[in-house]
Amino acid sequence: MSDQPTAAERFIQGILPENPVYRQLLGLCPTLAVTNGMQAAITMSGAVLFVLFCANVIVSLIRNLLKPHLRIVIFTLTIATFVTIADRFLAAYVYQMSKVLGPYIPLIIVNCLIICRCEVCSSKQNVVAAGADAIGQSIGFALALSSIAAVREILGTGHFFGIRVLPEVWPDWVVMVLPPGAFLTFGLLLGLLNWYGTFRAEKAERG
Amino acid sequence: MKPIQPMEPMPPSMMARLKDNKIIQAWLVLILAICFGSSLAGIQLTLGPRIEENKINETREKVPELILGAARAQQLAETEKALEIQPTSVAVTKNGRQTAYSVLEARDPEKGRLGWVVKAGGQGYADKIELLLGLDPSAEEISGIFVLEQKETPGLGNKITEEDWRGQFIGKDTDRPLEVVKDRVDEENEISAITGATISSRAVATIVNTAVADLKGKLAAQ
Repeated sequence: MSDQPTAAERFIQGILPENPVYRQLLGLCPTLAVTNGMQAAITMSGAVLFVLFCANVIVSLIRNLLKPHLRIVIFTLTIATFVTIADRFLAAYVYQMSKVLGPYIPLIIVNCLIICRCEVCSSKQNVVAAGADAIGQSIGFALALSSIAAVREILGTGHFFGIRVLPEVWPDWVVMVLPPGAFLTFGLLLGLLNWYGTFRAEKAERG
Repeated sequence: MKPIQPMEPMPPSMMARLKDNKIIQAWLVLILAICFGSSLAGIQLTLGPRIEENKINETREKVPELILGAARAQQLAETEKALEIQPTSVAVTKNGRQTAYSVLEARDPEKGRLGWVVKAGGQGYADKIELLLGLDPSAEEISGIFVLEQKETPGLGNKITEEDWRGQFIGKDTDRPLEVVKDRVDEENEISAITGATISSRAVATIVNTAVADLKGKLAAQ
């Protein structure tokens, strides 16, 4: 289709202009749940990259065989398969991490970010565009997750990637590691980005 | 004049009937389901044993520390001598219901039985707490505890995993149930609570007490 963005555009858009978390507000369950440490956030992003890339490629390959009323079933089937593979791999090779992430890896199945990309991009475009889209969106997702996780881990525990960065006198803000900290951090960062976006747009208007 | 009769609908051809069939329409779903299903079965067959091993190793790795204490476990690791670990299961009937504890027996190749490691669990403040409890061969004394799984409040209840706190259990007598106290520990069977996490502290003590009460006689008899 000629009116669809090219592969390069898809890739760029996913990172910031259409960032899945900050712009589309998709995939918020893992964003809020696993961002109390950088290691968990990075592992989650890696799992999402794997699932999204594989699902996008498979859906793009069979896109001409899809029937409108059966497409969601096929998306879910594909996504569930790759999520299960990712889950088993984590349990086999990084067992401690898989225990930390607990149910949130299987929950990628219902992450609307992935089904959204299947619907918007890979069921309409060729494999190259779908693959580029998956990588772009996953980088955007990883950036969003690690930005929230960095704030929460540093303020909540004084550590970054498990290494002490703040002096011992820092009174750990326990609330940042708890679920409310996720909402606070995400809300503030989202507000900050929106404010910056408006600020830039106004500046461009005034010339 | 004869009224115009509406035409009889033509019987759908074989092809059209097949095309309308729901199962035929879903051919892609069915084929994908078979492909994906078999690939998942393959993955499970290859990785399953490894995952099981991870689970068992997690428990086994802790056995020397729980039985011998951290210092002697370190020495043992350096001499590359390993303890013999024999998994067993001890059935207990409580209130008419049968439950089974999974118990590991640690033996030294020369000196015989060194102690027991019991896997026990119970309700904590946030979610279930699962821990390993080390006992001496006659189940008279606690030789250590280790928390395997907990989701207690970070910064408060999750201090139950810290060595400073769980170290209190080492050397406690199993004759009297342990009691959690908020201030100074006076009696032999008292454990000092974590500030701000009395419920989590009590939960751990209760799990230990229950496991000891259930198993003490049976382990000593073996």
